[in-house]
Amino acid sequence: MNELLELYWTFLKIGCVTFGGGYAMLPILERELVDKRNWTTMDDLRDYFSIGQCTPGIIALNVSTFIGEKRRGVTGAMAATLGFLTGPIIIILIIAAFLTNFASLPLVQHAFAGIRVCVCVLIIQAVLRLWKKSVVDPFTLALYLIIFVLNAFSGVLPVKVPAAVLVVCAGVAGITASLIRNRRTGSGQTGKEKEEK
Amino acid sequence: MPTLLQLMLEFAKTGLFSVGGGLATLPFLYEMSDSFGWFSHADIADMIAVSESTPGAIGINMSTYAGFTTGGIPGAFLASLALAFPSFIVILIIARFLAKFRNNPHVEGAFYGLRPASLAMISAAGLNVAKVALVNLDAYAASGAISDLFLWKAIILGVMIFVGQRKLKWHPVVFIAISAVAGIVFQF
Repeated sequence: MNELLELYWTFLKIGCVTFGGGYAMLPILERELVDKRNWTTMDDLRDYFSIGQCTPGIIALNVSTFIGEKRRGVTGAMAATLGFLTGPIIIILIIAAFLTNFASLPLVQHAFAGIRVCVCVLIIQAVLRLWKKSVVDPFTLALYLIIFVLNAFSGVLPVKVPAAVLVVCAGVAGITASLIRNRRTGSGQTGKEKEEK
Repeated sequence: MPTLLQLMLEFAKTGLFSVGGGLATLPFLYEMSDSFGWFSHADIADMIAVSESTPGAIGINMSTYAGFTTGGIPGAFLASLALAFPSFIVILIIARFLAKFRNNPHVEGAFYGLRPASLAMISAAGLNVAKVALVNLDAYAASGAISDLFLWKAIILGVMIFVGQRKLKWHPVVFIAISAVAGIVFQF
């Protein structure tokens, strides 16, 4: 019971200080989980991250579930995941209550109009950052363009393809393309080679 | 009550299909906005900013926000738990077969396709934010003049932030604060 509480409490603290999510929380996790508590090793942590990235859902949550399950099985996973969720939920509840009361103020509206410009730039930066790792050859470029058009212009296209369908199709297309390439070159290393590029 | 159930289903779907971190939830949020109207496109842009300035991922924040606006505090908790549930189950399963999952060539293959797909949908989300932040489609439709289409003050600010971020590498929250002040001072 004590360790469950400790799991919950530790991840509650981590959830309250991880700005930006994803890799931003790696150093914090390293300090809290590897250095202070010896719950896991840096190598394991990196593994959890790479798996958390290629499974559905939010990376930070996935890592919490992983470590909780490693310590105390399913109940541990629940304690860690709920702990991580607690902080953000409470903070957003406060902000949501604020927004619903003050959103109509001209001052707040001007501020958010300015902020939206910044958000736009942040997304462009994220796209530029991810581009090199994602679009590595003609196949991935074609996939990028097709999905961009289908998703961005769904309003004017005759058919609207749900994002979930696009995700599943892209996964299947990736597997198929890798298999075809492997058969042609006779090696099983396509995925690894892509990683290194 | 049916709305709350619908809300949970939609966020569970988001949790199941958004691969590759926070921004990957955006296409699902835009779909939800279009089909159910729980929040507007502008709300999504605002929530991205809130998420960059507070702890926690955009997905959790948006589920909490949408849950709160449609179902109060219970709605906030239920929607967030629904978002977290699918990945929770997936990770529990993977934790048991960790080594096998790491070395499976099909997982690599799937990611070869999923990475550009996820990026394409993030780009589309960026376009959606730009539509709210940088152009005024209503004014353009009314006057037909190209000069009315673009919000020039916003575009100048955007270019400055883009250059500033590349050069200075400050935390995003700093630029968000600067943009908020600019928005107030220059009456965006």
